[in-house]
Amino acid sequence: MTEPRHEPFSQPSHIGQSAPLESAVEPGLSAEPHTDLPVSALSIRGLAKRFGGKIAVDGVSLEVPVGSFYGMVGPNGAGKTTTLSMATGLLRPDFGTALVHGVDVWARPLEAKKLMGVLPDGVRLFDRLTGEQLVTYAGLLRGMDRDVVRPRVTELLAALDLEADAGSLVVDYSAGMTKKIALASALIHAPRLLVLDEPFESVDPVSAANIRGILESYVSSGGTVIVSSHVMDLVQRMCSHVAVVAAGRVLAAGSVDEVRNGSTLEERFVQLVGGGHRTEGLEWLRTF
Amino acid sequence: MVAHLLSLKWRLLLNGFKRSPAQLIGMGIGLLYALGILVLLIGALIALRWADAEIAHTVVVLGGAAALLGWAVVPLLASAADMTLDPSRFTTSAIPPGQLLTGLALAGFIGIPGLATGLTALATVGTWWRSFPAVAGALLGAILGALTCIVLSKVVTTATAGLASSRRFKDVSSLVFFIPLMLMGPIVVGIVDGVRGTADYLPALARTVSWTPLGAAWSLGGDLEAGDVVSAGLKLLIAVATVSGLLLCWHVLLQHALVTPPYAGGSAKKGGKRGLFDVLPGTPAGAVAARALIYWMKDPRYAGSLVVVPLFPVIFFFSGSQSGDYGMLMLLGPLTAFVMAWSICADVSYDNTAFALHLASGVRGVDDRLGRAIACLTISLPLVLLFSIGPFFFTGSWVWAPNLIGLSLGTLFTGLGLSSVISARYNIAVPLPGDSPFKKPPGNVAQTLAVQMIGMGALVLLLLPQLALMGAQLFTGSIVPGWINLGVGPLVGLALFIGGVRLGGKWLDARGPEMFAQLSVNR
Repeated sequence: MTEPRHEPFSQPSHIGQSAPLESAVEPGLSAEPHTDLPVSALSIRGLAKRFGGKIAVDGVSLEVPVGSFYGMVGPNGAGKTTTLSMATGLLRPDFGTALVHGVDVWARPLEAKKLMGVLPDGVRLFDRLTGEQLVTYAGLLRGMDRDVVRPRVTELLAALDLEADAGSLVVDYSAGMTKKIALASALIHAPRLLVLDEPFESVDPVSAANIRGILESYVSSGGTVIVSSHVMDLVQRMCSHVAVVAAGRVLAAGSVDEVRNGSTLEERFVQLVGGGHRTEGLEWLRTF
Repeated sequence: MVAHLLSLKWRLLLNGFKRSPAQLIGMGIGLLYALGILVLLIGALIALRWADAEIAHTVVVLGGAAALLGWAVVPLLASAADMTLDPSRFTTSAIPPGQLLTGLALAGFIGIPGLATGLTALATVGTWWRSFPAVAGALLGAILGALTCIVLSKVVTTATAGLASSRRFKDVSSLVFFIPLMLMGPIVVGIVDGVRGTADYLPALARTVSWTPLGAAWSLGGDLEAGDVVSAGLKLLIAVATVSGLLLCWHVLLQHALVTPPYAGGSAKKGGKRGLFDVLPGTPAGAVAARALIYWMKDPRYAGSLVVVPLFPVIFFFSGSQSGDYGMLMLLGPLTAFVMAWSICADVSYDNTAFALHLASGVRGVDDRLGRAIACLTISLPLVLLFSIGPFFFTGSWVWAPNLIGLSLGTLFTGLGLSSVISARYNIAVPLPGDSPFKKPPGNVAQTLAVQMIGMGALVLLLLPQLALMGAQLFTGSIVPGWINLGVGPLVGLALFIGGVRLGGKWLDARGPEMFAQLSVNR
């Protein structure tokens, strides 16, 4: 998986410059900073991370414009979660950095985190709190005033159809409800940038539509959302921009129309990522 | 299919060893310990070969009955049931029930408890190595008895699987488990006294038990050695009927379990009660304190770490009433202060990956440290005061009161400060959220022990001046060092507390992501 010419682990001197990956990105789908926008909501520059011998993220650079609904798609193990963890201050990168509205996440973490709402994937919650307590806790941790937190919690729980279970312990919630309460915790402080890792996983269609509605109105009023997902259809309909990530690298990035280039996002994705072999073999499956 | 199940279980057991070297060392120590006990038991059983037949019979029957009871009760209470081959995982595999039953029963022997029980049971053959019928009877009894152990435990765990998977039952049962633990001292003394008084009664008890399903299998060897063939025959019938009955129960339960997935969950509750979040200050530190206090009350793992605290007064009072000297009771205050303060060393480890919320919210390290320490202080301060003043009402030696209260408060504050520093840098092997407090924690036990030892050493160093003041009163008999300690202890302790919270906060700010990465390893 390593081609030395854009390998940050072999050429650490590249890091800190804008994009060590230019050569990997297709022409016209550049991940270069958009010069017409002064400051990106999230600017990821040459992030790289190695776990033991395995390189999980190999120099990812992305510019997420303010007011965009940015999708990040990629096969399992592509490094989406690792990239987002490094961009949100949860995982220290080996190389590269991330800026949120111009604030360096790793140089001024407390300041940068104030601007972000984060829904990490695969972490536990303080699940012996009730749903209502958990969201309240998230608000108070952000240093918000109790009188501001209280009505917001009520509204958020109503918007996410969690009113009826507000007083149940989160440990007794279903998977979808847990996802929704974690989302509420990420929204409570009205961040300027939302980073959501797999926000629609195991969420029922009605709630997913509600969440989409909330996120779309958030974006239309100037907020920025970056979501990771496997569901191409959803990303194509919902997002304004998309980045295709595989094996720790950005294969294509830009507006959805640019990236899909006439075909559907799913077809383009399979074409970029490869591995979509014809369904030969498995003949026995048709013999019953 | 039976062979498949056995090899699956064997593979699972072997894969348990494919961990990091540090974990392997920890497991190795545990294995050596188990092996030591096993060798001891087998040795004792073989040594019984040369004992009086009546004594051997009594020991084997009562020991076997106790093992059976243990297999039924321990997995249930300790939530430590071996669910690696949980029947509900085979729901979609359509295995014929008979084969599933046989496979699971035999697989029960693959694993440390099963293997140990099997080998110990076989050692009774050594005990009855006296005549051919006795050996044959013991062998048959050992096989039947060990099988009964496994099947009984499967029946109990399968019957309660639905119940046991509900969170409420887990919480309650793990707390119920504390009660005998807390009263362990008096119970042991009571049993020893009882046994001493009624040693003659034990053979009679063994004879009675040997006619019940609990002891029937274990008495076959003894009865045949005594030449009592009729009793042996009847007991064989009882033992076989027991195993068959249990197998039938298990079969029925398994059929039921395979089509009824365990249901967990409670009824929906409306909100409106934010509890402590409305009571404590609405600041980040206040919120952390409120959250930690809720966990002290609702998470059985916190109670589990404190199980020894109510045990202290019971033990000290009990030993005092035996010797007539209640002096030991005076240690209650400092000891409780130490245990309580030390318990928050594990606080961040208990959070596990839920710590991500603190990290992603950009909580300042100081607020995190302070909130956790204050939650612990809220519970421990009244307790420590009670335990450091209370004993003097028994001993009446009030001259020691100022010194001991000073030492207790000093220990509490200093310990909290030190824990705040340690838990900002090192995580500790603790049971995962939702697991039983008694479950063997995943993670690096060796590092945990090293950190704990070094930390305790540091605490003793920090407390040296106060211990010296204790010594001064002991040697001079003057109460002046006591009054000095009453002032110095809390003051120096408070200073160290503030320093510890600050330093720990700084460390956490600097190394929060690394801490989170450590926590993510065990989830």
